[in-house]
Amino acid sequence: MNDTSTTVDSEIGEAVKSFILTEFLPGENPSELGEDTPLITGKILDSIAALKLVGFLEARFGFEVEAHEADFDNLDSIGRIVRFVHSKLRPTHG
Amino acid sequence: MAEIRLLHELLWRAAEAWPAQVALEEEGGATITYDELAALADEAGEALRRLGVRRGDRVAVRVPKSIDAVAAIFAAMKVGAAYLPLDPSAPAERNRAIVRDARVSAAVLERRSADPLRKDLGEAAVLTLDGVGRGDGLRKALAEGPRPGCPPALDAADVHPGEPAYILYTSGSTGPPKGVMISHAAALSFVDWASQTFRPECADRFSSHAPLHFDLSVFDLYVAIRHGARVVLIGEATGKEPLRLAALIAERRISVWYSVPSVLALLVGYGKLARRSYPDLRLVLFAGEVFPVVPLRALQSLWPAPRYFNLYGPTETNVCTAFEIPPTIPENRARPYPIGRACSHLRTIVVDASGRPVPAGSEGELCVSGPAVMLGYWNRPEETERAFLETAPGERWYRTGDVVVENAEGEYEFLGRRDRMVKRRGYRVELGEIEAALHRHPAVREVAVIALPDDVDGLRVKAFLGLSREPRPSMIELKRFCGEILPGYMIPDVFAFADALPRTSTGKVDYPRLEADERRGSMVERCSSA
Repeated sequence: MNDTSTTVDSEIGEAVKSFILTEFLPGENPSELGEDTPLITGKILDSIAALKLVGFLEARFGFEVEAHEADFDNLDSIGRIVRFVHSKLRPTHG
Repeated sequence: MAEIRLLHELLWRAAEAWPAQVALEEEGGATITYDELAALADEAGEALRRLGVRRGDRVAVRVPKSIDAVAAIFAAMKVGAAYLPLDPSAPAERNRAIVRDARVSAAVLERRSADPLRKDLGEAAVLTLDGVGRGDGLRKALAEGPRPGCPPALDAADVHPGEPAYILYTSGSTGPPKGVMISHAAALSFVDWASQTFRPECADRFSSHAPLHFDLSVFDLYVAIRHGARVVLIGEATGKEPLRLAALIAERRISVWYSVPSVLALLVGYGKLARRSYPDLRLVLFAGEVFPVVPLRALQSLWPAPRYFNLYGPTETNVCTAFEIPPTIPENRARPYPIGRACSHLRTIVVDASGRPVPAGSEGELCVSGPAVMLGYWNRPEETERAFLETAPGERWYRTGDVVVENAEGEYEFLGRRDRMVKRRGYRVELGEIEAALHRHPAVREVAVIALPDDVDGLRVKAFLGLSREPRPSMIELKRFCGEILPGYMIPDVFAFADALPRTSTGKVDYPRLEADERRGSMVERCSSA
């Protein structure tokens, strides 16, 4: 179970990382962008970039992000985004 | 009724005419009526007076947009001072530079722990608000503030309409921002023009999307207040979230909307506007940058009822030309709409490089004259001098720096800039200010910043850096570094490293070559990815 979710998380993480590098940090060394690198507070994502990221997540993973979800808690790092996507994909754990 | 001579008198006039009408509505739903707002501003003015604020002073206001903030700016004007709104979310360093430059005598601040601005206020009196909203933060500060018996109040009456009502800081070409001084008479001439043009009524509900340090707020507040209308204050966070904005416009029954085009483009792209109806919306005004036709047409199809106006004008004149967008935008139109004709309270001319007027159909710089033009830049006599063109003794024209052409219909079309200023999300950005910030990075030896047109975002800002030492800083570090000095809209999108920047024969950075190389590069990219 754990192994499966780790694989899923790393797939989500890679997709998100690749999107951020291509769209907002073209030319950056990928190793500089870690799972905990602050995206919003670190000024990598501004409000418009965050909307683009949300649009990417919706299209790629097939869910809708509500207004109250597109916030710092869910988007400020790749780690947070992965957890958020995961929670959207598996809304219940029962 | 006596003629209104000073900008703040609009509030006390409204309090007489519509005492029980709601003046301001906050996002959370709190409201204040005109007589309550006037009373709160009166009380705050009295406190400022006791703190020693005098006619001719400057009062900084760093308070998130709220009933408290609006009452504070009226209070400052009431005692004869000019208000100086600071961007609460700007890097501390930028606000510190502004406060030092402006030499304010007082500041109204929302309390922050370890506030770096305090150091720069020197002897200035400070009114500190613990929390903001509903006017409660201001009321509490007033209750705890200096009591009567402090230094006697000088009467601030007899303020002349030609004295500054407010000072707005905009991006400066060599680094530090500069303060545009607008007099009471200038602001009122704009408010009068807007009143005659848009005929607001006390049943209207105005959006207040722009922050108070942005000149669009002058329309939102004072035009609404002049007519006893309701101003719906939109906070910074919601202002950037299209889904929440769309809900707010529908639920708060906004009838007059005013913002930069990029916010409207966001609403079209991400706001899911079709989910709701907007029966009250009758006017959509936009200004600050070019509105590309594709999102404008999409907006019009989602909101078919309101009239749309493209307003144009720098902070130095506020709106000086206007153009009404036709009710249906033809499918084949790709070119942005004109900025229109001179507003009735101003005159405009188009001049060549030597300052001589050019005939209609020829390109040139747009210059503006009339009562709405700024007094000058605070404490910058030379820059003020350079900003004006004198065509005859006493005939002074503000040089906008914008290159326009008058078309066959007599409307001005905006073509571009004659200097290195660009517009991002409606904000003025001097590329030189970004360069000055990057120069402060310890690894940076030389820097050149250019702006490139972008199909999706309108504009992309790219910084070229020559380094004085290894290792090369990461882009992530450079973005964070810029974010500590510059507002978010000034942070470059892309960084590139160069051994040496291209130079002209006189040793200056060869910007045209950098731009041409970039255009060629992006063409190569497009061709190779096709």
